[in-house]
Amino acid sequence: MTAFFDILLGGVFHAAVLFLVAAGLQLVFGVQKIVNLACGSFYALGAYFGITSVNWAVSAGVPPSLFLLVLLASGLLLGLIGPAIELLLRTVYDRDEAFQLLLTFALVLMFQDVLRYFWGATPQTLGNYAMEYGKLSVGDLQVPTYNILVILASILIAFGIGAFLQRTRYGRILRATAENREMSQALGVNVRWMYTTVFTLGTVLGTVGGAMVVPTAAASLDMPVELVVEAFAVVVIGGLGSMRGALIGALIVGLMRAAAISWWAEIEMLAIYLVVIAVLIVRPAGIFGKPIE
Amino acid sequence: MRIAALVVAIVVLAAVPKFAQPYYVTLVLPALAYSIALLGFNLLFGYTGLLSFGHALFVAIGAYGAAVASSKLGIKSFELVLLLSGLAAVVVAIPVALLSVRYVRIFFGILTLAFGMLFHSFLFKFYNITGGDTGIRVLRPTLLGEAYADLDKTTFLIGPFYYYCLALLVVLGIAMWRIVRSPFGMHLRAIRENPRKAEYLGVRVRFFRLVAFLISAFYCAIGGVILAVNTGQADPELAYWTHSGELVFMTVLGGFASFLGPIVGAFAFIFLKSELMGATQYWRFWLGAILVLIVVLFPRGLVGLGQDLWNKVRRK
Repeated sequence: MTAFFDILLGGVFHAAVLFLVAAGLQLVFGVQKIVNLACGSFYALGAYFGITSVNWAVSAGVPPSLFLLVLLASGLLLGLIGPAIELLLRTVYDRDEAFQLLLTFALVLMFQDVLRYFWGATPQTLGNYAMEYGKLSVGDLQVPTYNILVILASILIAFGIGAFLQRTRYGRILRATAENREMSQALGVNVRWMYTTVFTLGTVLGTVGGAMVVPTAAASLDMPVELVVEAFAVVVIGGLGSMRGALIGALIVGLMRAAAISWWAEIEMLAIYLVVIAVLIVRPAGIFGKPIE
Repeated sequence: MRIAALVVAIVVLAAVPKFAQPYYVTLVLPALAYSIALLGFNLLFGYTGLLSFGHALFVAIGAYGAAVASSKLGIKSFELVLLLSGLAAVVVAIPVALLSVRYVRIFFGILTLAFGMLFHSFLFKFYNITGGDTGIRVLRPTLLGEAYADLDKTTFLIGPFYYYCLALLVVLGIAMWRIVRSPFGMHLRAIRENPRKAEYLGVRVRFFRLVAFLISAFYCAIGGVILAVNTGQADPELAYWTHSGELVFMTVLGGFASFLGPIVGAFAFIFLKSELMGATQYWRFWLGAILVLIVVLFPRGLVGLGQDLWNKVRRK
């Protein structure tokens, strides 16, 4: 029973973080029609910068118990790189997808060395801050409070995005633009500005995801390229461009990974790809995706 | 004129081992290997309009084919190794292609990426079969029955093996030229330009995409065999998605709209990478920056750039 809960909790925690990155990917794809390979790089940048920020904040006298807020703030601050990168992507919006994909691949290569330049090649860890919040015990189960907080934060963000897209005026305009860019442009939507905000939001989701995961896992240079594949698996299973899809996909991938790691470590990623391929065969557009022609 | 230029290029390449330092000759070898692989890759990308982000899978199959054939099965003949690895790639490509060609555009890219990563995690995790992260050693093959036992490793690679690979590139290049000029190649271009219209005109779109996919897999595997013999090792990194990205990078760097573009791209990429790696430890950054420049400013690649310059000079 304990083993089962360990898998469940580990899986949901992983899913919570994956959801953030995948949500960023979905948002950018839904509106800008660009599949951003660099989403993993934003995630890794968030992780590294999170470590630096927390260490800096603690040495500047911020009580260690506030480290989660510092992490969130550092993730939000990194959103500033979003508009700059969007400016670069602007050059390829009306080009073939091959160029869009390649441009984000170029960003992956560049970020790889940006990370190496600032933080070096050895993996970095944040000290034992996650234990600041202690553990929750339910019966004979012990659960780190930090993991629960991250899951809650992710759920909160999920609801926030949902409310933003469904209930606010800007969210409606955004969905309309995703549906038909020319028409909303003709109706007076400032598409340029919308792309900037959407891409920045996508970036922030990635960097915050990375910042929140770093107290529990080391930040390494393999992080960006490894996460991209998982995030891809999530959006393909859930359906490209769908937020609900990102949520379900993240849960499936997160839980499957946790289960595979504890039962049969060899098939860890293999199992995920098999699910991806199975979904694509049975339901080409993913669970919540719109049918593709 | 064009044929004369090609003959000159081949003669220059044939003369490389005579006057260049061995180091540069060992760089030309992977460039030859990637040239062959990209000729196939571009049949799918440039001519059929399908961007695969997983073709490193077939390069890896070629490399592991060479490793298994030489280390485990004891096959020495390079011709046999090439044939077996190429066929293995085609056999694997059949189910992959059957599933993938149902999609186009970004979905095709993602699905091929998933297949590539599926193979990578198989190579990486099933240590007993594949040697895990260290991979499998590739033993030196015999060329046309000749073992060259008196030559050391480098002399073998930059001597007989080099000429063999150059000849292979020429032969496979001519074969690919025939393919793209044939009615089959015309069909592929029609599919790229307008699949629906092609279908109305009676082109069996999926079947042609499938065949193009299989040919590209075969070419990639041949390239993979040469790469593996050159390094003496087949390792899982060959199947990783970033390696697939590099294949696309090279093709676009040279120019996917021209037949020889991928070959130009392969040579430019290999030498650029080697120079950058010698100059700075942050070579990935500069490689990425160059890719940004190519994508944003010169989408027709080096060949397109060359054509533009040539036209300007001629007009003056």
